[in-house]
Amino acid sequence: MSNTATAVKQPDTEGYYGSFGGAYIPEMLYGNVNELREQYLSIMEEPEFRAELQALLKDYVGRPTPLFLAERLSAEIGTTIYLKREDLCHTGAHKINNTVGQILLARRLGKTRIIAETGAGQHGVATATVCALKGMECIVYMGEKDMQRQAPNVARMKMLGAKVVPAMSGSRTLKDATNEAIRDWINHPDDTHYIIGSVVGPHPYPDMVARFQSVISEEIKKQLLEKTGNELPTHVVACVGGGSNAAGAFYHFIESPSVQLVSVEAAGHGIHTGMSAATTQLGKPGILHGSMSLVMQTADGQVVEPHSISAGLDYPGIGPMHAYLYKNGRARFESATDAEALEWAFHVSKTEGILPALETAHAFAVLPRLGLTPADRVVVCLSGRGDKDLGTYMQEMGRFT
Amino acid sequence: MSRINALFKRKPSHVLNVYCTAGYPHLDSTLPIMRALQVSGVDMIELGMPYSDPLADGPVIQSSSETALENGMTIDVLFDQLSILRQPISEGGIGNELPVILMGYLNPVLQYGIEHFCERAAAVGVDGIILPDLPPIEFTRQYGAVFRKHGLDFIFLVTPETAEERVRQLDALSSGFLYAVSSSATTGKDQNMERVTDYLQHLLSLQLKNPILVGFGIKDHAGFMRVCEQAAGGIIGSAYIRALQGQVHYEDATQQFIHSILHSS
Ligand SMILES: Cc1ncc(COP(=O)(O)O)c(C=O)c1O
Repeated sequence: MSNTATAVKQPDTEGYYGSFGGAYIPEMLYGNVNELREQYLSIMEEPEFRAELQALLKDYVGRPTPLFLAERLSAEIGTTIYLKREDLCHTGAHKINNTVGQILLARRLGKTRIIAETGAGQHGVATATVCALKGMECIVYMGEKDMQRQAPNVARMKMLGAKVVPAMSGSRTLKDATNEAIRDWINHPDDTHYIIGSVVGPHPYPDMVARFQSVISEEIKKQLLEKTGNELPTHVVACVGGGSNAAGAFYHFIESPSVQLVSVEAAGHGIHTGMSAATTQLGKPGILHGSMSLVMQTADGQVVEPHSISAGLDYPGIGPMHAYLYKNGRARFESATDAEALEWAFHVSKTEGILPALETAHAFAVLPRLGLTPADRVVVCLSGRGDKDLGTYMQEMGRFT
Repeated sequence: MSRINALFKRKPSHVLNVYCTAGYPHLDSTLPIMRALQVSGVDMIELGMPYSDPLADGPVIQSSSETALENGMTIDVLFDQLSILRQPISEGGIGNELPVILMGYLNPVLQYGIEHFCERAAAVGVDGIILPDLPPIEFTRQYGAVFRKHGLDFIFLVTPETAEERVRQLDALSSGFLYAVSSSATTGKDQNMERVTDYLQHLLSLQLKNPILVGFGIKDHAGFMRVCEQAAGGIIGSAYIRALQGQVHYEDATQQFIHSILHSS
């Protein structure tokens, strides 16, 4: 399939990807956000910062993560499938690529207190981890509903010394945890840095988080070149909650139009059941958490409570970069239901010996639908491991074993 | 002269602006509450349009917004309710003098259509708009002209952290008054009043074009009088919503609350 749409990987100076992005924030946040906007690029370019980040990514996170040829899955689908093993990152998901970067940045900004939101708990754990590493105070906001369904991660955060604060408003999931984190930041204008966990939020967050995650596609390029003699895959497939693992896996391929970018959203019970989180299918342009993007909302502009079995995809928005890639047709958007994700979590476990996170399982679920051929070279971003979802998997065990 | 300008001309100090959430505590209580506020002696009303994700608001206003949304409040319903806003009190309105500001978040307004929103707001007799998540850069780029075209004042917020140059920019873009947030905080937080005094002193020294009303954290007579020493007046939100919680006779509750703000006990 040819793809003629072109796109750029970075926003303009005001944080716009086409018509999406920007910084729609109350004045109370302006100081903090502007400080970040003025400094993130220069800090990220400092040789010392880069050296420190490189060292941590290598020795602490365990990068580069392997690019693994999934032979049995490839044979089954009739193509060549590589898995980018972000599940092997320290703490079990790609989220830590961003948190190590942001904690170093926060220290250079002189901040002493770190706040974060979390859905699946992977970003919360990754934040609590780097705060422990650097001896910084850490407060993680987590929807009360998510605290129940991702209990092991709550325990991990506490063990790492973080304070986990339940978000009790709204749907008590990721959106509400993000609201609470933003309110906390408003109330702490001096000493606090907010480590957002995905490519969402006001500019410069989407760009900054995408840059920290771009190490994923940087490595894929090198590894593919080594393994196949060609640095470009034909397809990159990733699940999209806010879109950080997808942004990282796509980043260095966005400006190579031959590479098909496949974004997989959570359809929940099905796109049109009223129990879904497929933002591009159900959303309209609007503002959520400080940026203009696609947002699931009522006709009155009230944000809708989404549904996904995976806490990390249970979000009524999508990063502005992805709204842009959707709108201009550069990325292909697919979705997988709760049931498909569960089925594929078990299937990948048995076929490749890898227990994927529920979020990641969504990406696998669409492989049979992509019309892949033996000539294709597909990279699936295996964004995280499934240990945190064992509770859910155990409940479903009877149906799949 | 606009109602807001006329107010500050008539009453350059001790202006009391009270916030209430449209559709709270009941869908149809919006106008009765506004009337009760007027009768009790407030000078201006800031009417909140409820939003599912009010980032700048603390728990009290969040919960009143949630209730109002559950009650069925929407922008359309609100404008229908406000169609008699400028009728005399005896006919269910609040008369033609008291300025009314709509406060809300940008997304519902964008979905409604900014042009349509301004048109209806102006038609029912609303005087000004506060949208805390509409930043000056976007205001200048595309929205400011629409508010101006419909004769609506737009009021920006400044905080103690806002740099002088930016305060001047926000003052220049605002009309009616400038909203000084007493400290960087969500609504309803207690404030360190001494720091607020220093901050207001500084704002005054800038000789801004707009009168200044101070909001966030004022909850009693002493707090109100304190900000009035420097600013043109104060804005009370969470403390009033709290006073309404669980009250059946909200007219009485309003009378009592406003009395307690205007008079020392
Ligand atoms: C393993 C895993 N994958 C994906 C996601 C979704 O986030 P994003 O879309 O930002 O990659 C999460 C979020 O918690 C996650 O834990």
